[in-house]
Order: sequence, then structure tokens, then C-alpha cells
Amino acid sequence: MAPRLAGPPLESSAMKIAVCVKQVPDATVHKRIDPETMRLDRSGEAALNPTDLNAVEEALRIKEAQGGEVVLVSFGPGKAADSLRKALAMGADRAVLVSDEAASGSDLLGTSRALAAALERESPDLVLFGQASSDGDGAVLWAAVADRLRRPLISQVASLTVDSSSVTGKRQTEHGYDVISAPLPAVVAVSDAINEPRYPSLKGIMGAKTKPQETLSLADLGLATDSVGNAGSKTSVLQLGPPPSRGDTIKFEDDGSAAQKILDHILERRLL
Amino acid sequence: MRLLVYLEHHEGELEKGSLGVLSKATALGAAVGVVLGPGAIELAVRAGSYGATKAYACEDELLAAPLPQPRVDALATLVEQTGADAVLFAASILASDVAAGLAARLDAGLNWDLTDLVLVDGELVGKRPALGDTVLVDVGWKGSPGIGLVRSGAFDPVESGGSAEFESFDFTTEDFSALATLVEQTQEESSGPSIEEADVIVAGGRGLGSPEAFSLLEELAAALGGAVAATRAVVDAGWYPYSTQVGQTGKNVAPKLYIACGISGAIQHKVGMQGSGTIVAINKDPNAPIFDFCDIGVVGDLHQIVPKLTELVRSNRA
Amino acid sequence: MARPIDFAPEFGAADAVGTPTDPRDERIEVGIAIVGAGPGGLACAIRLGQLLEEHPEVRERLGDVPVAVLEKGKQPGSHLLSGAVVNPRPLRQLFRGRLTMADIPTYGEVPGESVYLMSRRSAVRIPPPPTMRNHGNVILSLSDLGRFLAEQAEALGVAVLPETAATKLLVEHGRVVGIRTGDRGRGREGEPLSTFEPGSDVVAGLTVLAEGTQGFLTGAAIEQFGLEGENPQIWALGVKEVWRVPKPLRRIVHTMGWPLRKSAGYGEFGGSFIYPMGDELVTVGFVAGLEAKDVEFSVHDVLQEFKTHRLVWKILRGGERVAWGAKTITEGGFHSLPRRFNAPGLLLVGEGAGIVNVPRLKGVHYAIESGRLAAEAAFRTLKRGEVSSRVGALDSYDESLRSSRMWKELYEVRNMRQAFDKGFFVGGAKASMMTVTKGRMPNGRFPTHPNSAAPLMRTGRASSYPKPDGKYVFDKLSSVFASGNRTRDDQPNHLKVTTRVRRPVAEAWEWMCPAHVYEVGRDLGGGMVSVEITPSNCVQCGAITAKGGQLTPPEGGSGPEYTLT
Repeated sequence: MAPRLAGPPLESSAMKIAVCVKQVPDATVHKRIDPETMRLDRSGEAALNPTDLNAVEEALRIKEAQGGEVVLVSFGPGKAADSLRKALAMGADRAVLVSDEAASGSDLLGTSRALAAALERESPDLVLFGQASSDGDGAVLWAAVADRLRRPLISQVASLTVDSSSVTGKRQTEHGYDVISAPLPAVVAVSDAINEPRYPSLKGIMGAKTKPQETLSLADLGLATDSVGNAGSKTSVLQLGPPPSRGDTIKFEDDGSAAQKILDHILERRLL
Repeated sequence: MRLLVYLEHHEGELEKGSLGVLSKATALGAAVGVVLGPGAIELAVRAGSYGATKAYACEDELLAAPLPQPRVDALATLVEQTGADAVLFAASILASDVAAGLAARLDAGLNWDLTDLVLVDGELVGKRPALGDTVLVDVGWKGSPGIGLVRSGAFDPVESGGSAEFESFDFTTEDFSALATLVEQTQEESSGPSIEEADVIVAGGRGLGSPEAFSLLEELAAALGGAVAATRAVVDAGWYPYSTQVGQTGKNVAPKLYIACGISGAIQHKVGMQGSGTIVAINKDPNAPIFDFCDIGVVGDLHQIVPKLTELVRSNRA
Repeated sequence: MARPIDFAPEFGAADAVGTPTDPRDERIEVGIAIVGAGPGGLACAIRLGQLLEEHPEVRERLGDVPVAVLEKGKQPGSHLLSGAVVNPRPLRQLFRGRLTMADIPTYGEVPGESVYLMSRRSAVRIPPPPTMRNHGNVILSLSDLGRFLAEQAEALGVAVLPETAATKLLVEHGRVVGIRTGDRGRGREGEPLSTFEPGSDVVAGLTVLAEGTQGFLTGAAIEQFGLEGENPQIWALGVKEVWRVPKPLRRIVHTMGWPLRKSAGYGEFGGSFIYPMGDELVTVGFVAGLEAKDVEFSVHDVLQEFKTHRLVWKILRGGERVAWGAKTITEGGFHSLPRRFNAPGLLLVGEGAGIVNVPRLKGVHYAIESGRLAAEAAFRTLKRGEVSSRVGALDSYDESLRSSRMWKELYEVRNMRQAFDKGFFVGGAKASMMTVTKGRMPNGRFPTHPNSAAPLMRTGRASSYPKPDGKYVFDKLSSVFASGNRTRDDQPNHLKVTTRVRRPVAEAWEWMCPAHVYEVGRDLGGGMVSVEITPSNCVQCGAITAKGGQLTPPEGGSGPEYTLT
């Protein structure tokens, strides 16, 4: 299969950076699963997934260093447009929202399919993702998207350097750290350790409204409606239940033997 | 049911998490292990003692670096050649990327953060916590294979002492899989794990009384091979660094063992650690809210109990 | 006995007023700047939007951003909290010819109502006093309404700017020329962090302050331009919860009496409200004046105590709390109103200016009404080609306020709140007299006393508060969590409070604050203690400003994130 993100050779170091962002329910307090759809209830005000802001910030820094354009790409319901505004206020140039009724209930496959299609259309030099999703719904999207785009992937990046033809990321692993390099175009997922996202300036907030925001339907991307959404999903939520209870609390006062009792319990549960 | 289990390894040892998933798979059906990268052949042979009926290995150059995309190629080839009803991974930074890439490659459903796997009417069903560990969701797969990412440490390895039929295999690689290259790799001799990775966390709150008391926690953590964490109140007071703060405005942790010392258990802290396996609380105040959600609650003086516990742990280890 | 007013912080209006400091080309220019995306500010914005849409030639003169609304919360609605049962008349009027009440998010008209006089073991139903009849009014969530009004304003071309706190009133040559927004990204000692973003001067031909209760710049403006009213302003604190309930509630409920104590000496005045929000939700709240004298007086705990009454238990039983919040309510009434609502380049709207009908506990519709009148007055000035900074240019606003029905209503009940200074029964009798005579008797102006001047006493108030169980009775910290508050821990302290005070004052603050921001600290000898402050708990209710401190706007975007309140 021909590579899909090959663009014209880069003459300058100006880059087109696409940042994949996601709207997540904001009410941390009152998240609930809708008993009818068995999915996270996404009504109630929503905001950008917090680590996506790290990705946006990184994109803005790259643009500030070497010129270029930052495009936000998102897949979600129509009102996702509201939360894109914050990222536009930070300095992103424009936004593309893939939104379609058929898309509700999309799983990793459907979401990655839609995002990959939108990204191909944009043909960016670099695709950035935020590493973690606070609603637990997009855990490893970037790896699936990279596979569909047929481009190299670097994830868990805590420090990133970019030049006109390649990207190098330093990532923290369970054993230490790795430095990985890849030629552009590439897909990079950044961790929240990479930077501190900026606050938008007032001018930025005011200007966000006028920045181009494009909404695409599945048809615009040449995707069949059953390739996403519930119809295109290969996973299902069967039922909800209470978590296994912790069991009763064993509570006692220290009569001098508390430490021994604690150790006994720890050993009994094979935690040492 | 034929389950293919990805066995991750490090420095000549198969990872405990992967072996746990393999043991679980054995209980569900015919478990087949696959090991990739340098030293894979020798390691694959060991898979039998944890229940694998067969083990595949590949030591191709392309798998030398701990990068996900060549592994997707290898597993995709293997699944196409040998078939599988499910492909299971123990979650790790590498495994998560491999699992998701494989899902896209095979157009297979992926369920992650699984804490349990069961068979219902011959179909595989996974269980995963959601909404900050406050509900447990049953999830299934449509089509075959189904891919599962199991939460780190969810299953314990069980040695059954069997042996596995071993087979080496080759795979076809995609043109983009080797574009990412490992430039440098550093193993850190860390002074203990970070709170995000630690299996054991010893945490301190206002009940410590003074910043000096943190040294008691550090000793206990060192004896247990764990990390030290702190509540917002003591971080605010400057007693311990913000990077160790657990809670709503700090980090979320879910270690196997969480020992909360002098912590009242206000909800702002609870939401950062309620997913922990076993919670031990030591507090002078018998009415502290933490006693409502811990597993072992001790009403007493942590300044007495913690050093004693440290001593007992050390002599137990010796 | 100690009084909070004796420990007022070093902070005055001068700290909130200044001249523009940004270089000219960096100042942000808007036509009309409105501070506060509440019902008052947004009604003003919407009406302006409508008028400017109809008169493009006037709109042109206002530049690229004709109307901007600045909101310190994360988004419109995040800091809005009320009961609320609202008179729909001003909403209908605001949207006349464009929308009907069916287009506006409400929970429908009041289905029925009951008023109870409570004691510990009983609830005696009494006929609703005339000031409390709500037939024809609608139930709504103010936070929800705020989001809706903001959308309407944006559709009319208004720029709504969230996460933007207005921290200084810009005044030049005796005229208001705009406001300055607050810095973001400062650390605990005020030091700039890596994300530091300085505030900006927003210059505007006209500034409308619609800040709501404890209006920060409003207070400064009143002092700056000598607009103080006859009586000092006073406040009550309201704390409420929203519950998901298994059985729908089919009437609104108001109560008086228990758990508040009736004798005048305690200074406990207020009552509760229980409103259905559709079939699945119920909101229950308690409101009490901040002149309550017992050191241990805590409206949050009084609310928890109130919930233990059988009447309330029957409504909430089997349910689940889904939201919590707190906010002060302006209570001074007519005689505390500023003597003028305009100054050169400035208009004062809504509750910030004291426009609240206290006996009816209603201010939302007044905010909308005054917002609309302010917009119309501003428009008249613009249309005439007048400069709104000319002295007297905006007097037509004052005129329209004073000739409004709202004004008449405020006058009729002008002494009702103060009547309760002498206790529940005497107050009740006087209040009845006032109602019947439409405020003509008893005559005269009843004084108010600043809440912080009330001497504190100890009567063991806390002994009746129920213990939190995390399911029905809640502690303050878990309630702060339920408000959606995730304020950054290392933000600068936005609460100006003397931290060395007499012990009873510190205790009073600790109990008073619904978010547990203040705690009695170390003993400093001589009856004095230190005060420990956790500013990141603050839900910006404003109680501290009424009781001897000063709430200032914290970093934009911080604080509660109300959605259902």
C-alpha cells in the first residue's frame, strides 16, 4: 500500500502539525453511565481532555520555533466545537471536527478510522496526541491511528525535538528512559510531563471565535456509516455492576501489637 | 477457546504481569504464548511451566529494540497463520501500543484495563472498572480475534510445571514499521520506583505532625520496595514535594498496597487512591473517614507503629 | 465580645481602582464591557445585541467588538447558583418577538406550593404569606439559564469571554474607561510561574458591572464615586444541594423556624427552600443572615440538620446527592441601594447593586430587568451620539429604574428584613403589617448593621449539628468536591483576611465558611490565634466579605464548576 502521508518535500522547516483532541465530560464529580446506552453520559458541560492541552502546547511551541500551522482534529458530537475553542484561544490556527450522528458509540476502531481519514485529508508533517484520557475512553488511540496512517509512532514522550525531517522523543519507561527517532511524517503521543500548557491570553480568547472551524461528516471523508459508531464497533458493553466490594474493614486499636498484625495481613495477602 | 498471550520480558526474565495473564488464559482455554526479541527462544521454552500448551518465538533483528510497530507485524502474521480467538496482553507502555496497533491492523475489537476474564456460554467476557473504579463493567467482543489489555498485576502467575511445544516463526514486515529507531536506551538505577509505578506506597498526611516524620515513611517504603506519597495538605505546607501528591489535584495511583499514615481520608485524597488493591490506614482519630473505605484500619500512633512495622518487614525479608 | 469588624484587613477600594497601564496598542478595545455572565450581565448583552442588530449604524461605531461579557468562571454558569423560582415576566420581555418561554430551559411553572413553620418534631402548614406566593413563576437552574443566555448573546454577536476575572476598575479623569483583567499563572507567593500570562487593560466607552453578590468592582465603584446608600449593605448565606430522588416532588416548599432559633438575641434569620427540578431532581437549600451571632453558626451544618427533619427525609429518602454549592444573597433591600446607579462611563446592574427583593428571596428577574434597562439606556446614549462618560449621560438608566414596577416592589418591602432584628415573632408581626399596608406602616427607615459588627457569643450551637455519614449528611470537604471545585493548589491567596485575630473571630470564620477555608491555627497568646487559610477550597460565596474579610477575584477559571445549581 502506498504511504498515505507523503507530501511535497519540505523546503523550509515550517511544519503543519495536527493535534488530535477530545472532548470529555467536565463534571468530574458526577460522571455516570447512562443506563440506556451503557455508555458514559456525555451530557453536562464538557472540556478538553487535560493531556490534550499538553499536546496543543507542544504543537504551539514547535510552531513558534520554526513556523507552520497547528490544526486541531477532533471526532465527536457537534458541541465538541465549544471545547475546541480553548485550544484555538491558546493559539491553534484552525479546527476540523468530524461529527456525524452515526458516530455515537464508536469504539477504538471506529474512532481511529475517522481520525485517520481526517488526518490523511490534512496531510500533516506531525500528528500529536495527549497520552491519557480522563474518561478512560481513548487509552491507546494513537497506536491505532499510526497503524492506519502507516507512519512511525513514538509514545509516552516527555521531551521532544523536531527538525525539518525527523522527530526525536525521550520517553520514560518502566526501566529507565529511551530516546527514539523517526522520520517525518510521524505520530507522537506526549505525556503530561512534557510541558505546562499556557493560559490563553485575552486576545487569544477573543480571537478564537473567528478562527476557521470545519465540520466534516462521515460522507465527506468517504467513510461508510457502519464503519464507525455502534454499527462499526467490535466491542460491546454488556452490563454494569457494583465493583467487588472491598469486604469488611478490619479495624482495631493498637495495643502494642498493631505492627505485627499489619505485617500478618500483608503476608496473608501475599503483598510482600 | 484459543488464547494467544503476548509474553513481555526484560533482562532475561519473563515479566510477572505477562505470566499472570498466561496463567489466567490457561484456566480459560488453550493458552499459547509468544515471545519476541533477543533471547526469545530460551524464554519461550519457559512458558510451558505457566500453562502454555505451545510457545512461539522470534528473534528477528527488527525486534531488537523495544518498539511496538515491528511487534504488530509479528503478531499479525502469527495470528493470520495460526489463528486465535483472543490475543491477550498485560498492560505496559510497550504492550499497550502493540495491542492498539494490532487492533487496527486486524480490525479487531480491543477492551483494555481488564481486571478479570471469564467465559460466559463459551464466549469470552472481560471485566473492567470504570468511573474512577466505582462501577464494574462487563465487556465483550464482536468478531474474532478479540484483543484484551489486562490491568497490570490483575492476575498472579501460577506455576503448573508443564512444558510447551516450541516453534520459531518469521514474519512479514510493513514498510513503515522500522522507521522509528532506538537512538539511546538508559536503565535507571532509581532510588526506588515513582509513585505511578510503585507496587507499594506509603503515604503521609497532616497526622504526621511534622515534616521530619516523613523519614519514618521513607524507611518503611525502602523496606517494602515502594514509594512515598503525600496529601495535598502537607504538600501545601511544604513538607514534601508536589510530585508525590496523591489526590484530586495530584496524581492517581492504584498500587497493590497503600499504607496511609496520619491521613484523614477526605474525598479529595480518596479519589486519587481508591483503586488501590489493599489499603491500610493508621490514624489516631477513630472517626477519620478513611476508616470507612480501608481494608485494615489501625487506630493508633503512627510514630510508634511505623518504625516497628519497618523493623518487622526487614527481619521478615532477611 | 469579639467582633469580626474589628479585624478588617488592610484592603480598600483603592486597591481595586487604577488607570490603564498597558501601552496603548496593547490595550484591548471593546465598545461596551460587561462584567459578569450572570442573568443581569447577559440580559444587558442580549438586549444590546438585539438593538445593535436593528441599528447597524450604531453598531459600527462600537468597533470590532461591540459588546464583550467577561466571566471569571470556567464558563457561564460555573459560578451561578440560586434556588430558583423566577418570575418569567422579564424573560418574556427580553425575548419578545424572538423566543417564547418554551424555548428557555426551565422545569416548568410552579406546580403548587406549601409553606411550613418548623419545629424539631413538627411542620405546621401555614398559608403562604403574600410575599411568598409563586403562582405563575417558573422553576429553573440558574447555572443552566446562564449557559443558555450566553449562547443567545453569542448568537447576537456578543463576545463572551470565560476564565477572565475583572480585577481593577480603570478610571481616568473621573470617568470609568474600562477594566483590567487578572493575571494568570502566578504561584503561591505571587511569583510568576512558567505559564504566567499577565492581565490586560480592556478599554471601553461604557462599562456595565453585573457582578452579582459581593460585586468586587461594584463595591469599589460605589466607594470611588460616592454612591453609598443610606443603610450599610448586609448579606445572607445560602447553601444548597441538588438530589436525584426516586419519587417526584410535586410542589415547592418554603419553611421558616427550626433549625433557626427565634429569639432576637441569636440573630438567626432565614429559612429553607425545597424545589422540584423535573421529575428526577430536587434542590434543597437553606438561607440565613450573616449577622448570626453564635460563633459556631454554620449554614452548611444547619442545612444538614434541616435535612434530618421528617418532612425533608420523606422527600430525599432513597436519593443521591449530585451537587452542592453556596453563595451569599444581598439582603439590605431598598435602603441599602446605592443612591445612584450610574457614574461617568459606568452602569450598575442587578444584585451587585443590591437589587433583590428580600422577603420574596427573588433577584434573578430583577437582574434581568435591570440588565435590559441598562442596555436600553446605553443604547439611547449611543444613538444620540453622546459620550457615555459625560456626567449625566446615563441618568436615563436611573430614571427608568425608579419608574419601574421593580422599584415600587422594593420600596414596599423596604423594612421587612430589618423588622426581624427583633426576633421572629415581633418581626413576623411587623412584616405582616408591612405587607398589608404595602410598606406604609410601620413607617420610617429601619437601620441595618454591617454583618461583621455583630458581637459574637457562644451558645453551643454546634451540638445540634448531625454527624456526616457521607450518604445523607455531608461534611464540608466532600461538599466542596461536589461543587466541581478543582482550583490549582498553588494559586496566590485571593482572600484578604487578617490572620492574627481574637479566638472567637477565627472560630466564627471556621464555622461560617461553607467550604472550610479557614481554620483556627496556633495560639499566639493573649487570647489571639493565627488563622490557617486553604484558598483552593474557596467556592467564592462571599461570606467572608460580609464577616470582616474581603473576597477578591481569584485567577480566572478557578473556583466551582456548577452545572445544576
